[in-house]
Amino acid sequence: MSEARSPLGGAVCQGEGAKVEELPAQGMVTLRGAMGDIADAVTAAIGLSMPSQREIVIAGDKAVAWMSPDELLLLMPHAEVQACLTTLSERLDGTHHLAVDVSDARAVFRISGAGAREVLARLCPADLSPAAFGPGELRRTRLAQVPAAFWIDEAGAFRLICFRSVARYAFDVLCGAARGAPVGFFPESDAV
Amino acid sequence: MSFRLDQGGRLIDRNAPLGFTFDTEPMQGLSGDTLASALLANGQTLVNRSYKYHRPRGIVASGAEEPNALVGLGQGARFEPDQRATTTELFNGLTAMSQNAWPSLGFDMLAVNQWVSSMMPAGFYYKTFIWPRPFWKRVYEPLIREAAASGLPPKEPDADTYEHFYAHVDVLVVGGGIAGLQAALTAGRSGARVLLIEQTPHWGGRAPVDGVEIGGQPADAWIAASLSELRGMDNVTLRARCMGAGVYDHGFALGYERVSDHTPGDGRPRHRLWKIRAGHIVTATGAIERPLSFAGNDVPGVMLASAVRDYVVNYDVAPGRRTVVVTNNDDAYRTALALIDAGLEVPLVVDPRERNDGPLARECARRGVQVETGAAVMKVKGRQRVEGVMLCRANGTGGAGALLDCDCVAMSGGWSPVVHLWSHCGGKLQWSEENAHFYPDASRAPTGADGEPFVSTAGAASGFLRSGDVLTDAASKGAAAAGAEAGEDPPAATDLEEVPMQPVWVMPAQALPELQSKMFLDFQNDVKVSDVRLAAQEGYESVELAKRYTTLGMANDQGKLSNINGLAILAKTRNESIPQVGTTTFRPPYQPISFGSIAGEARGETFQPLRRTPMYDWHEEQGAYMEPVGQWRRPYCYPKQGESHADAVSREVMATRGSVGLLDASTLGKIVVKGPDAGRFLDMLYTNKMSSLKPGRCRYGLMCNENGFLMDDGVVARLDEDTFLCHTTSGGADHVHGWMEDWLQCEWWDWKVYTANLTEQYGQIAVVGPNARAVLEKLGGLDVSKEALPFMGWVEGELAGFPVRVYRISFSGELSFEIAVPAGQARALWDKVLEAGREVGITPYGTEALHVMRAEKGFIMIGDETDGTVIPQDLGLDWAISKKKDDYLGKRAQERSHMSRPDRWKLVGIETLDGSVLPDGAYAVGEGVNANGQRVTVGRVTSTYRSPMLDRGIAMGLVERGSERMGEVLKLATTDGRMIEAKIVEPVFYDPEGEKQDV
Repeated sequence: MSEARSPLGGAVCQGEGAKVEELPAQGMVTLRGAMGDIADAVTAAIGLSMPSQREIVIAGDKAVAWMSPDELLLLMPHAEVQACLTTLSERLDGTHHLAVDVSDARAVFRISGAGAREVLARLCPADLSPAAFGPGELRRTRLAQVPAAFWIDEAGAFRLICFRSVARYAFDVLCGAARGAPVGFFPESDAV
Repeated sequence: MSFRLDQGGRLIDRNAPLGFTFDTEPMQGLSGDTLASALLANGQTLVNRSYKYHRPRGIVASGAEEPNALVGLGQGARFEPDQRATTTELFNGLTAMSQNAWPSLGFDMLAVNQWVSSMMPAGFYYKTFIWPRPFWKRVYEPLIREAAASGLPPKEPDADTYEHFYAHVDVLVVGGGIAGLQAALTAGRSGARVLLIEQTPHWGGRAPVDGVEIGGQPADAWIAASLSELRGMDNVTLRARCMGAGVYDHGFALGYERVSDHTPGDGRPRHRLWKIRAGHIVTATGAIERPLSFAGNDVPGVMLASAVRDYVVNYDVAPGRRTVVVTNNDDAYRTALALIDAGLEVPLVVDPRERNDGPLARECARRGVQVETGAAVMKVKGRQRVEGVMLCRANGTGGAGALLDCDCVAMSGGWSPVVHLWSHCGGKLQWSEENAHFYPDASRAPTGADGEPFVSTAGAASGFLRSGDVLTDAASKGAAAAGAEAGEDPPAATDLEEVPMQPVWVMPAQALPELQSKMFLDFQNDVKVSDVRLAAQEGYESVELAKRYTTLGMANDQGKLSNINGLAILAKTRNESIPQVGTTTFRPPYQPISFGSIAGEARGETFQPLRRTPMYDWHEEQGAYMEPVGQWRRPYCYPKQGESHADAVSREVMATRGSVGLLDASTLGKIVVKGPDAGRFLDMLYTNKMSSLKPGRCRYGLMCNENGFLMDDGVVARLDEDTFLCHTTSGGADHVHGWMEDWLQCEWWDWKVYTANLTEQYGQIAVVGPNARAVLEKLGGLDVSKEALPFMGWVEGELAGFPVRVYRISFSGELSFEIAVPAGQARALWDKVLEAGREVGITPYGTEALHVMRAEKGFIMIGDETDGTVIPQDLGLDWAISKKKDDYLGKRAQERSHMSRPDRWKLVGIETLDGSVLPDGAYAVGEGVNANGQRVTVGRVTSTYRSPMLDRGIAMGLVERGSERMGEVLKLATTDGRMIEAKIVEPVFYDPEGEKQDV
């Protein structure tokens, strides 16, 4: 078995107010089921409580994100995916659910710096104002012409995921936005 | 002659001269100038030639409503046509070219058109160039386009960048005049998130020019204080140079920010398109002055009275030394006063009203300006420049009148609120008899999803023309928009009392036809009073039809100056009231916006998302010729040095069939379907039975839509009792996944099934050909013998240390293994397979070799053999349709009489008699012609290739009763008129027994 390769091999670009980095392979599991049925299994598999609508619960290198009324995204180190899937399958034996490894299906980016909100606000129709979007929230939205989701990590930077095949496109548009001159729409004190 | 005065000018900096050129002539302006004010300061009154008659035209207005002063701005990669001089900020090194004149602005050959203008009335083009018919396309249209050409398109790729920005606010205020500032103040003080945008670089609008006092101070002081307060609010954002371009459903609005038009090449984006989602939108867009319709009102030097005042007060530019003011309202008297204040001559104010003893008229009289009431301008004297006006009685026909010398005419026909943004999303208008204008009917506002109004107007945009009313209205609208209490009253704003205006639609009132044919309504499109009358007489009575017939209010300025005057003429001709005639439809954008701003980041490399497989870089390194498949880029073939694409495809096919080939099949759709009802669900989705498939096995399936038409196909693998993996076509994966979720969420919501699209989780590598097994065995780790992994089976395990699932499925008719591996390891495995296959000459092949091999085998391709009108039965796929199932999507439709007709076109193989390759899409022709006089067709080619194995052309096609006509010879028509003879044969050309894939 070879090392899992991220789609862009860790590409980085630095704009005036923000930095965009592609992160190494991230373990990800899509879990579908009735939220009430799967909560205990999620806690057993990853040690975190369930997020509410549009939220993400983060602790260290693990996280659980609410994706839709019957879908969660579980994040963990890449090497721990199989163990997670095994625990879920044991705990959910006899419960209608779907748990699959989607680690390789996606690219993950980190967008940091004072201009990070403006980078995303150039490309995503979601409300990026600090009042509407802060730590603990997750948005599934559109990044220019592709689907994407993002949240704020424990260090205060944005993490964004999109499909693997469009990693280059996502990186290019993110970098284009990061290189733009500041817009000055969000109050400066709210830089992440 | 226009010129720069010696002192004053609110907006200019006399210490900052700027150089620019107009039609290559060097000129000088000042920082703060618009291109229009700078041109006037340089005495350039002639700026353009009109569209149709090539009449000399000058600057009419000072803002967005300007119809004439359109120039080609910049050069090379920064050239842009049709830029408005009045809204172009001057910068050092600006280059502007006049448009629409040849060989030069001063001497235009096509100006001859104006002498024959009586022969070019409304509808001239429609009437004249109708015959002979074929001449329109080849002769008339190119000539007319050349003659009427406006700006030229840029020739080089745009050097600038553009961007979008999404903003969500509680209140959007459009317009930064005193109304917009007041509305933003009131809304901002309540704590609401407010965005205030203003299209010009300056705040405060007209109030300072008009001499308004607010709270006992000149308006400028209040504007500065308001700006300072707004800038101090964290919840308020101000944007100058940002125009409200459009209002759309759900509180969506577009703001068009001209970030660096005035500082080109400074590294910032040129334009930023704000995509604003607002809880409420307040449009404080002001009002636009109307021209008066008198003969020669288009001669350079005839300007709007407000514009004359703007140039004098804001830029210290005199449009002329001796200005006659002609007005039907009191506001234009302010222009006379402004001119006198600047030391310029105003020999006469011409006022068609019978008397005027208002304070403004009295002030003019006091300052020595002669006012003549009950009077009119009969016509303007001069061609390239105003030389004087002929005066007459206002009620007359315009007989012989007195001549008065002047070099500028300031006209005012009253003011119309800018109602565009209010109207974009359905806000209705009402007619004011008092002001002779349309203004918003607040009781019929654009409403949102909750049925509540989401747009309101403030100030002059509401129809309030006096500054006191403007501030009161704005304060209450700002508060309401924020959902707040009214709060404290705004300061009192005062200006001089005005006596009522009097509508004047033609001047003089009984003007003879000869004068009417020189009264221009629409300067940009050369539409005259006589044209609108003619249109109405010819039956184009509807305002929308009259617009299109005469071109009144079309093009770049969309009739900002001409609409109301034109409507009034139309109403009079129809003997109706103006509100009965109504307005044309207001559509976004308010002013033209750049294509670059609309495109934003979607250009060059990021024009469209381009999907890449994990092996994409390898394909590029090999010099693969790539083709688009949906948004994927896939290798079409891998040509070697000096090899043609056709030769490369043949080599790839021969190598694969002769030994072993390698295909990147990662784009194949992979959707996992799991749950107790998964089998039942797939039985409904596919035409054949999937629930009977055993774990470890694969089955080919067809998917139809409700109308029975074949939509997608692919191999389904059963992973375990509850779980299936559905392979879809490369282009169909997202659609099929959406289709599945649609049925599960909307129709069969009680079925226990979950799906996930895993297309991108796996790289997929097809190892194909008689030596395929040997390659996999060399990789090692997995038993891929016929016994352990039979045809249409799959196994999971490790291959060369990689976690894989291997499917024994074949789209080529050869022994074939498709290896799925996590995408992050796919490239590494691909390299290993290449290495392992080197000794047997493993050959990567592209999509074209794939197509050739599937066609040799008679396998259909979605999109080639299907086009949305083809059912599986047409393709001889009856074997893949379960007879045992009660139902599947499309079953009912396929039983309809038209679907089961025996004479439907059926799939066959087609072989040319001479072995040549048929043209793609060629039609098989029958005898005679159909009801439309077209040759009868009896079939068409759906796939056609040269088969390297058979060394001849092979084709598949749909032919009427085709399957019953084996051996018949068809005639196929080519686009160059030839007929090709070809025989109907079985569609499987190669290995018809299917022995090679099952070894």
